[in-house]
Amino acid sequence: MIDREGVEHELEGEVGWSLMEVIREAGLPIEAACGGCCACATCHVYVEPEWLPRLEEPCEDENMMLDEAFEVRDNSRLSCQIRLTEELEGIRVVLAPEF
Amino acid sequence: MSSEPVRTDLVIVGAGPVGLFAVFEAGLLGMSCHLVDNLDRPGGQCAELYPEKPIYDIPAVPVCTGQELVDRLMQQIRPFEPTFHFRQQAERLERIEKGWRVTTSAGTVFEAPAVVIAAGAGSFVPRRMPLPEASSFEDRSLFYVVRRREDFRGRNILVAGGGDSALDWLLELEPLAGELAIVHRRKDFRAKPDSVERMRGLIEAGRIRMHIGQIVGLEGVDGRLKAVRIRNPEGEIRHPCDTVLAFYGLKMELGPIADWGLELEGSHIKVDTATFETNLPGVFAVGDICTYPGKLKLILSGFHETALMSHKAFTYCFPEKRLVFRHTTSSSDLRKKLGVA
Repeated sequence: MIDREGVEHELEGEVGWSLMEVIREAGLPIEAACGGCCACATCHVYVEPEWLPRLEEPCEDENMMLDEAFEVRDNSRLSCQIRLTEELEGIRVVLAPEF
Repeated sequence: MSSEPVRTDLVIVGAGPVGLFAVFEAGLLGMSCHLVDNLDRPGGQCAELYPEKPIYDIPAVPVCTGQELVDRLMQQIRPFEPTFHFRQQAERLERIEKGWRVTTSAGTVFEAPAVVIAAGAGSFVPRRMPLPEASSFEDRSLFYVVRRREDFRGRNILVAGGGDSALDWLLELEPLAGELAIVHRRKDFRAKPDSVERMRGLIEAGRIRMHIGQIVGLEGVDGRLKAVRIRNPEGEIRHPCDTVLAFYGLKMELGPIADWGLELEGSHIKVDTATFETNLPGVFAVGDICTYPGKLKLILSGFHETALMSHKAFTYCFPEKRLVFRHTTSSSDLRKKLGVA
């Protein structure tokens, strides 16, 4: 994960965790105000394009919440909605600006 | 501004689930409560962030939504007749001879022997536009809330957002605005379907212009907006307007509580787990805002915390009385308080 200062962090999580949880458990600055129930947009990340096709499409709830985020791009996702699987080993994301 | 302070036993800062249950626990011990909340209704995060999401970990309630939990708590505390003070933030806390004085952003003043902070992750405040130039336009050309509709008469308004607040205000200001436009990041709106339909009608009639895209820049001088730059999939466009109403939802901020002299750990208040008292005697913290070794941010933990808090708060409210521990099942006195005896 690349933080807002551009520093790269190598994080480890377990299969079944959400990406937000991996980032939060590592003590990195992700607000995740709602605790991961897809009810806010404070765990917004940009997924590096080559990883996008390996993720499931965002659900309508996630899209609705992304409406409240700022600087939303085509590779914007809420990290609480990305579940870790074996296939996602090595996924790279950039933390979106806080606001 | 109210001149006469409200005198009560407990002032509860925050009307989320834990603040509401504090009314119950305090009520059983004969303490009456006033609650302050920046939202316009009870429930805190449950009502604001996830009213329709299911909760599965409330003891003896296998499943209920956020809003149902709030409704049931409101029903449960009704016998204790709490008084709510909505749309205001607890701003100042001062020591007085017999306890504490709390002053809100609306000028309401409370005096009470004890104060309970049940403020969750803080107050809900509108999200600001995260552009460096935004602050120079705020309150002159860029607004996050509408205080007086009349202030917007004749203005050329761009509304940003796709939720209910954005569409409600778009439609509400339509009769009095000059030119009117909306910018939203995609063509689907999450607002109520009938609002979306009314908006689409006005777009077709040529009354409202619609931009799909995101605001990336504000142009103007001395806080007077001239145009907004919008990035859309094709590139960037310039939309001339003098007013932007931005509705990007709400965020939570600890706010003035941070300056009350409380011992904090990050943005959480440290408490004694026997009493949930803070470093200030007679000031308590319960629910998500408090921290102690092993703290879990669970609603059920917050409920437990209010029971212990109430027993200590009692000693501030009724220093001359002795407290006898009782259960609601067996105590006729408690049942009388609940209005069931």
